[in-house]
Amino acid sequence: MKIKNLKLTFWGAVFWIIVVLGIYSTILRFTKGLGAATNLSDKFPWGLWIGFDVLCGVGLAAGGFVIAAAVYIFNLEEYKSILPSAILTAFLGYLLVIVALIYDLGKPWNIWHPIIMWNPESVMFEVAWCVMLYTTVLALEFSPMLFQKLRLEKPQKIIKSLTIPLVVAGVILSTLHQSSLGSLYLIVPEKLHPIWYSSNLPYLFFLSAVAVGPAMVTIESYLSSRAFRREIEIHILSRLAKVTAVALMVYFVLKVEDIVNYKLFPYIFSLRYESLMFWLEFAVGVIVPIALLTNSKIRKSKKGLFVAQLITVLGFILNRLNVSITGLESYTQAGYFPKWTEISVTLFIVALGFAAFRLIAKHLPVFPPEVEERKTITEGFEVISMREVFKEQI
Amino acid sequence: MKYGILIDITKCIGCYACEEACAERWNNPVTETHELSAIQNTAVEDHDGTYVPRLCMHCEKPTCASVCPVGAFQKTKLGPVIYDPSKCLGCRYCIQACPFDIPKYQWDKLNPKVTKCDMCYERIKKGEIPACVEACPAEARIFGTKEELIEEAKRRIDENPETYYPHIFGLKEAGGTSILYLSDRPLNKLGFKVKLPEVPLSHFTEQIMSKIPNYIFWGGTLLFGIWWITKRRDEVQRLQKKLKEMEENNKKENEE
Repeated sequence: MKIKNLKLTFWGAVFWIIVVLGIYSTILRFTKGLGAATNLSDKFPWGLWIGFDVLCGVGLAAGGFVIAAAVYIFNLEEYKSILPSAILTAFLGYLLVIVALIYDLGKPWNIWHPIIMWNPESVMFEVAWCVMLYTTVLALEFSPMLFQKLRLEKPQKIIKSLTIPLVVAGVILSTLHQSSLGSLYLIVPEKLHPIWYSSNLPYLFFLSAVAVGPAMVTIESYLSSRAFRREIEIHILSRLAKVTAVALMVYFVLKVEDIVNYKLFPYIFSLRYESLMFWLEFAVGVIVPIALLTNSKIRKSKKGLFVAQLITVLGFILNRLNVSITGLESYTQAGYFPKWTEISVTLFIVALGFAAFRLIAKHLPVFPPEVEERKTITEGFEVISMREVFKEQI
Repeated sequence: MKYGILIDITKCIGCYACEEACAERWNNPVTETHELSAIQNTAVEDHDGTYVPRLCMHCEKPTCASVCPVGAFQKTKLGPVIYDPSKCLGCRYCIQACPFDIPKYQWDKLNPKVTKCDMCYERIKKGEIPACVEACPAEARIFGTKEELIEEAKRRIDENPETYYPHIFGLKEAGGTSILYLSDRPLNKLGFKVKLPEVPLSHFTEQIMSKIPNYIFWGGTLLFGIWWITKRRDEVQRLQKKLKEMEENNKKENEE
């Protein structure tokens, strides 16, 4: 018991340090402006907050629509037990993207302007509408958990009757949103490095989001199983890993096609910063995960699966940072590395996400009770209770 | 009537009178640096003794206007591309996307604006000419309708083929611009990053943006279709299972 308490205080301490530094950086950002709080410049107008908080944040929230589509559109009932937590992860993810935008936008009080000031030709206009609409959809998809807690039956029934239209809207909006983040860069063919510039960018962004959504759900399940002493639904997560593997395979084909069509061989086989970053991203984000996730032994081991999916997520983050930062450095002939206050705000937002998830999962029925107590053999996989997992470690 | 400015690099003497006139017009301080910034909307760059005046190109189909989510940029009928800070939400996509790297940002302000040349739109509306053109003592910048300027540029190239590099920069670049350049050498040797397509850059996003309405319609239909089929299949399977059970029960009862 004592060891556990120590562990908790360690993470507690980390959390509070992040919060204190985050509050300092927040005050700096909103009293002295973007110039004081960031390393952004006219040459590098988008930095960590766009590259990580927004591009990665939206992508990592993709689990919500992937699982919702599996459960309701494809009628795969077995994924139902992980749906609420996937929806919660996605909902919090989108809320945090909006928080990040409030930091990043020069005039955040005008954030609502796209509602009444239209420019349908702009990809950013599409992005803005997708954020607004999909956050609303996620809020509605999340609301039954709240209604259930408050025992409000009528609104629960109304939402339930709207489930299918909501899920369809959610899938459409997500497809548009995930791909549009790639489309943002279609307009800079002369600025973005050829390794990353491609007319396929929207499709590549969408595919990698589909791959990383289940990966995030797996990581979230693994971590919350440790935090809440739940069992891991390994049989579900291991089947879900196939979604990641297949999406990454399609991604692989599309990227190889790009390499051939855009004649990228001289770029990727030269010893330059960009080519090294590309290979790192491609190995970590695509090749290694495919190799690991197609191995059924790894897929069925909870730790193996966790590590494999963690690698998928890291590769995904590398890709987004490469497109948004690395790929633009040679054109601007200026480097960009985030100021510590930028990093601190990002950590602050991530920490808030973790705290919010913990709080909500504690008080709302995010994890269905029947799953918590179930210890059965399903489809040949044994569901191991978390207590036993801990026993193994001790 | 569309106006523009013809800039003849061979005539610029580097007196910076245009910079001063521009600073006065915008109430900006006069600076020692000669590069575009949040307080400098025109600048005369020195490329080893060749002076290159820079300012917003006022594209015919501006990338900034295309990417702005709230339409804060607008190509006016008179030619200038103007910016409305009251619409702007500060996403800085314009800065990221501009093929000529023109828009700058007031990074140190709490209510920051994007800054760039507006070809003195207010003056043009009153029938006057832009401040920088008025101030230029060497006629390195001349103001006129775009047709006039193209004629003039062609005439200069034809009359002095040994002086000019035979290319009017801005005629086709990025779909054409209201600012045209004449020079004695290609502009990529004078600090212009030119690998620009001859179509407006918005062409590259239009291709994907135009698919959205179709996608929503077809995607939505397809998803409902899949839902309908999988749901029906599930129901059928359940009914078949029930039927089987009932049959087996019947058999058992009969046997008994």
